[in-house]
Amino acid sequence: MEAVFITKSRSHTAVILTGLVIFLILLFLISLSIGAVSVSVREIIQILVAKVGIGTHAQDVQSMVLLNIRLPRLVFTVLIGAALGISGGALQGLFRNPLVEPGTIGVSSGAALGAILVILGGKLISPVLAEALGNWLSPLFAFLGGIAATLVTLRLGSYEGRTQITILILAGVAISAIASAAIGLSIFYADEQQLRTFSFWTLGDLSVATWQKIAMLTPIISISVVGLVAMAKPLNALALGEAEAFHSGVHVERLKISIILLCAMAIGTSVAFAGIISFVGLVVPHVIRMLFSPDHELVLPASAITGACLLILADIFARTIVAPAELPIGIVTAIVGTPFFLYLLISTKRKKML
Amino acid sequence: MLLAQNISYKVGKKSIVSDCSIVIQPGEFTAIVGPNGAGKTSLLRVLSHESTRYKGNVTFNGKNITKIKSRELSALRAVLPQHTTVNFPFAIEQIIEIGRYPHQTTRIENERIICEVLELTGLSSFRGRAYQTLSGGEQQRVQLARVITQIWDQADFPKYLLLDEPTSSMDMAHQHTLLELAKNLCNRNIGVLAILHDLNLAAQYADNVLFLKAGATVAQGSVRDVMTEEIIEKTFAHPVKVSYDEWTNKPVIYSLPKNRFTITEKQIVNKNKYVYE
Repeated sequence: MEAVFITKSRSHTAVILTGLVIFLILLFLISLSIGAVSVSVREIIQILVAKVGIGTHAQDVQSMVLLNIRLPRLVFTVLIGAALGISGGALQGLFRNPLVEPGTIGVSSGAALGAILVILGGKLISPVLAEALGNWLSPLFAFLGGIAATLVTLRLGSYEGRTQITILILAGVAISAIASAAIGLSIFYADEQQLRTFSFWTLGDLSVATWQKIAMLTPIISISVVGLVAMAKPLNALALGEAEAFHSGVHVERLKISIILLCAMAIGTSVAFAGIISFVGLVVPHVIRMLFSPDHELVLPASAITGACLLILADIFARTIVAPAELPIGIVTAIVGTPFFLYLLISTKRKKML
Repeated sequence: MLLAQNISYKVGKKSIVSDCSIVIQPGEFTAIVGPNGAGKTSLLRVLSHESTRYKGNVTFNGKNITKIKSRELSALRAVLPQHTTVNFPFAIEQIIEIGRYPHQTTRIENERIICEVLELTGLSSFRGRAYQTLSGGEQQRVQLARVITQIWDQADFPKYLLLDEPTSSMDMAHQHTLLELAKNLCNRNIGVLAILHDLNLAAQYADNVLFLKAGATVAQGSVRDVMTEEIIEKTFAHPVKVSYDEWTNKPVIYSLPKNRFTITEKQIVNKNKYVYE
């Protein structure tokens, strides 16, 4: 009887993940068909199949729009969404607290700060060189900024193996404040045209997608996702506490460092390329836990897939609601995310966990 | 045999445990007792290798603890902490399954072990319940099931179970059920060490007792040898009376009020009134 129960919950994981992947593919196709130029789902499949080399499809406006604008943007969205979702799930597991996400504990801001420092510094030293290296250096510095921010919050927020969420979030506030000061400073020296970058850093932007950026993002985010999913069991043990995890054979320090590095990689590159998109990492793992189970073997991969789904939905919304203009993606995620965050705060307060 | 020799442990300049030695034999139940702040938990942390900055030697089955990898160590000993909070709504069998993580056993084997332990701890009917919705005593039972699951495999070497106040949130009946269970585990070539607050529970279930006061050993030995009024009063700085239960032949400890020798005039009058009435 018991065996049946546990086996059932195991096969549940596979069923849920398969369901989510199917949902993601459907959303992907729907999103491809939405926009100023109408392309039907049948045409999309024809164009994609022709691109792979099976069958033929004429080179027309539809295929141009699809292959050069919508497809890269959508792949970009999927990658960023997956990175945000899984990092949220992993960081919540690491800090053993459901209020944590890359935004609230300052990882995103730290990453943005790193990227901005490169841009500012590059301008001062050598504008030409900065232009040439910008694409490589800003993700690298965003990664370093993300690591630094995570380490600072982890250091400030934990005492004798326990994490104090109040200090954690306050540390996040402090890091975010420094980052927004730096962003403000760069705006102060920026010309009229560069003012747009302000909304890029604080509210995110998915319209900057190119195949070149995708080529850089794909390996980094894939490594993060695979690496974090491999940490699922130790993270389950860590949910009981650091001492308990150690007693269960987990190398706690190694686990912490690995998770911080993998999350900083995913968040750093995402922020460097798409700016700060908040609340995806907060909402997604929660929805998975509430609907299914808090088992990290499910939460982590499912958060990656659901993060991608959520960001596709938000992006559809952002680019259709005020068409032909476009809402910054971060506004959409914040409209959904902030009430959710408040709800979490209240329920955490009720449980006297704050 | 789990052997700790001359353990000293300091936090800053404050000495928490000083020159303490303890032997835990497989098949025996050893209890540590002592007043609050005596260093009981600190000693347990040294034995479980959670604390590493101590002086002295700890060996498991003759092998130095510093030479044992954490995964290997976790197959050798399981530790039940005083209290475990879980912030995510795990079902109890998910928590118990964590006890199987250090092992490379098959999924079917793990499921069999979890079933057996659920049965053993009387938690079968709790399956599917969220850990957070359980009472303190029930949570302790789930954690006990988890640590038993960790060392349930049959092996050709002795294993150890370290329990830090395992009965603190339990009612009387469950306290006895738990300690009986722990005592029975000794038959599986397991050495059990438990920090206990209740001297009577220690007297009834332990084979050996270590009395700890201010980080130092007051006495150590079999229950009959060390559960004496003199040793208990010295350790706890409090008067007690020890008698023996005629059925179990184990000591029973009564704690007495501190001022029992300063009986007032009024009490004597009351007592006489009672006698004459």
